[in-house]
Amino acid sequence: MPAPPGGTCNHLGKSQANMLSIKDLHVQVEGKDILNGLSLEVGAGEVHAIMGPNGSGKSTLGYVLSGRPGYEVVSGSATFEGKDLFALDAEERARAGIFLAFQYPVEIPGVSNMEFLKASVDAIRESRGLSAYDAVSFMKKARQTCQDVNLAAEFLKRGVNEGFSGGEKKRNEILQMLLLEPRLSILDETDSGLDIDALQVVATGVNASRNVDNAFILVTHYQRLLNYIVPDFVHVLANGRIVRSGGKELALELESKGYAWLEGELA
Amino acid sequence: MGAFDQSAAIALAQQSRGPAWLQAFREGNQTAWLASKWPDRKTEDWKYTTLAPLTESDYMRFGAGAGAGDEIDAGFYEINGLECQRLVFVNGELSPELCRLGQAANGNTLVRFSEADNRQQQLINEHLGTLAIPSHHPFTALNGSWLEDGVLIHVTNDEPLPLHIVHLTRPGAQPFSARQRLLVVLEENVSATVVEHFSSDDSSQNCFLNGVTEIKLKAAARLSHYRLHLEQQDAIHIGAVYASLQRNATFKSFLLGMGGRLKRLDLQVQHQGAGSEANINGVYLCKNRQHIDIHSTVEHELPLGTTTEIVRGIVDDAARAVFNGRIHIHPGAQKSAAELSNRNLLLSNSAEVYTKPELEIYADDVRCAHGATVSQIEDMALYYLQARGIQRNEAEVMLSFGFINELINSIDHEPLQLKLRPLLSDWFGRDPRLTRHLP
Repeated sequence: MPAPPGGTCNHLGKSQANMLSIKDLHVQVEGKDILNGLSLEVGAGEVHAIMGPNGSGKSTLGYVLSGRPGYEVVSGSATFEGKDLFALDAEERARAGIFLAFQYPVEIPGVSNMEFLKASVDAIRESRGLSAYDAVSFMKKARQTCQDVNLAAEFLKRGVNEGFSGGEKKRNEILQMLLLEPRLSILDETDSGLDIDALQVVATGVNASRNVDNAFILVTHYQRLLNYIVPDFVHVLANGRIVRSGGKELALELESKGYAWLEGELA
Repeated sequence: MGAFDQSAAIALAQQSRGPAWLQAFREGNQTAWLASKWPDRKTEDWKYTTLAPLTESDYMRFGAGAGAGDEIDAGFYEINGLECQRLVFVNGELSPELCRLGQAANGNTLVRFSEADNRQQQLINEHLGTLAIPSHHPFTALNGSWLEDGVLIHVTNDEPLPLHIVHLTRPGAQPFSARQRLLVVLEENVSATVVEHFSSDDSSQNCFLNGVTEIKLKAAARLSHYRLHLEQQDAIHIGAVYASLQRNATFKSFLLGMGGRLKRLDLQVQHQGAGSEANINGVYLCKNRQHIDIHSTVEHELPLGTTTEIVRGIVDDAARAVFNGRIHIHPGAQKSAAELSNRNLLLSNSAEVYTKPELEIYADDVRCAHGATVSQIEDMALYYLQARGIQRNEAEVMLSFGFINELINSIDHEPLQLKLRPLLSDWFGRDPRLTRHLP
């Protein structure tokens, strides 16, 4: 039986402190309550899926963890590898190892994808005490990673996400995830609007980088993604808090019964 | 001689040694200059631009060109990798040793007025001053009053090599004036590229430059025109570009203005034939206490013309930028399509932008849009970069750079992109850590 939300043990039975520990989190956006007492524990090596109806607060969770301005923490805490997450700026969180794959990646015409990726990777590497890549070796690595996500290398020259299709934007997010090697990746509906091929690219990227030291939170509407990336835990988010947690079978149950099945908790 | 005033300028005009066949032209302009009202704050077109810097020193003498043996860094007049024909003027005087003139390709003409033959003189007399009407703009009248020499570009066949006209200023022993005049005539169905490049060898300058360009595109002619104002901090430049487009002609113009002590450019485009197309991209960058003022006017006089005008500026410190973009659709210019956008990025609380798009439409079947914005860097883009670990102030520089670089990316000639991009990076370059990921 998986640990209940708020528990301190991960599924490997170790008693070490978890990578991410969210306790009774309340968040407002523009004065409106979005998260209402959300608690979640994520340990190294784990994959958590968060499902829930529209407006339940799924995207807000990703934004507030990654430091989007305007997402106000009213009460509660989030500790990431012992650090108080909410005391850090967005860039410090990224350097600490948090990565959000955006649901709607931002287009930045005029800044090439290559410059952007290098700036990002350099910043993260420096924070880990590693030297910056020289331009040639970075180019090589970026091209190789492009192949891994089935994105033509010419996308490196274009403006960041500029004129990319929905699927290309999502691949570009996974490209960044693979280059940055984060400790905790939060994928915000990365599967939405993807065809099967793109979905497999995303899944292959996650599965290939999955190891005992990193963790993933998959925010998704659909069980489909979880056929490709098998989660250790599935949580149902409703009205800003987790109303049900279980193993991967919970996703199947949700798929067949719908969220109405959890009506009691949703009310 | 006293401060900058109208009669002193005429006295200086008497010293011009221009050719006799331009004497009537000069005199007409002198009359217009004396009749024009000196612009002040109450003059609508000069509301936000003061001419005070012109009156603070005595500019009433012309500059001397480069002396023999003067070392001038090629970076101030060359564009690396640009295969071109090049004329270089220093303080308004031709510097033959800096020019690069091959065989004029395809029988086209690149000649100074002072060396024009009879046929070329006729062509100059036929066109000069027909777009740059002296009574419409005092500094255009001044330019004509002072005319001594100029450059004629006459294209009769497709011209593969860009024609690169450089005006370099260097500090003189005393403050001085310099002037330039360019006349471009493209015959029917031909194409050409003209690069007007203004530059200075140092940030401290004491030159007032007055440059006027007239461009005539006959039916289906296609011109790529660049006007690069790369003069530095102390430069004073008041100039104008006038273009007329006959049927199905295409005018593609890129304007870049680095701020200076006082810079003012008037750009006027007249659609005089049906189905002509103007595509104008403009950029200005202003910091410290610099000032730049761009006034553009596009006249749609006949049907089916299209105009796309995109102008972007970044203003930092206590600098000031003025943009006035007017589009005038005349009665009968049906099915015209015009789009004007001016976006500004303010990087400091003391920076100022005055932007005014003006649409005047007297035809009922047209498609027109305009917009002007003044803003700070977009929050979502900033967050996106920060969420990738990029430090906030580096992210701000990258986004500001991208805002302008998007227009530089649209330049057709790669050597020009490669020339301008580093200038843009340098513009932000107060702290190299913030620009290290810029090209």
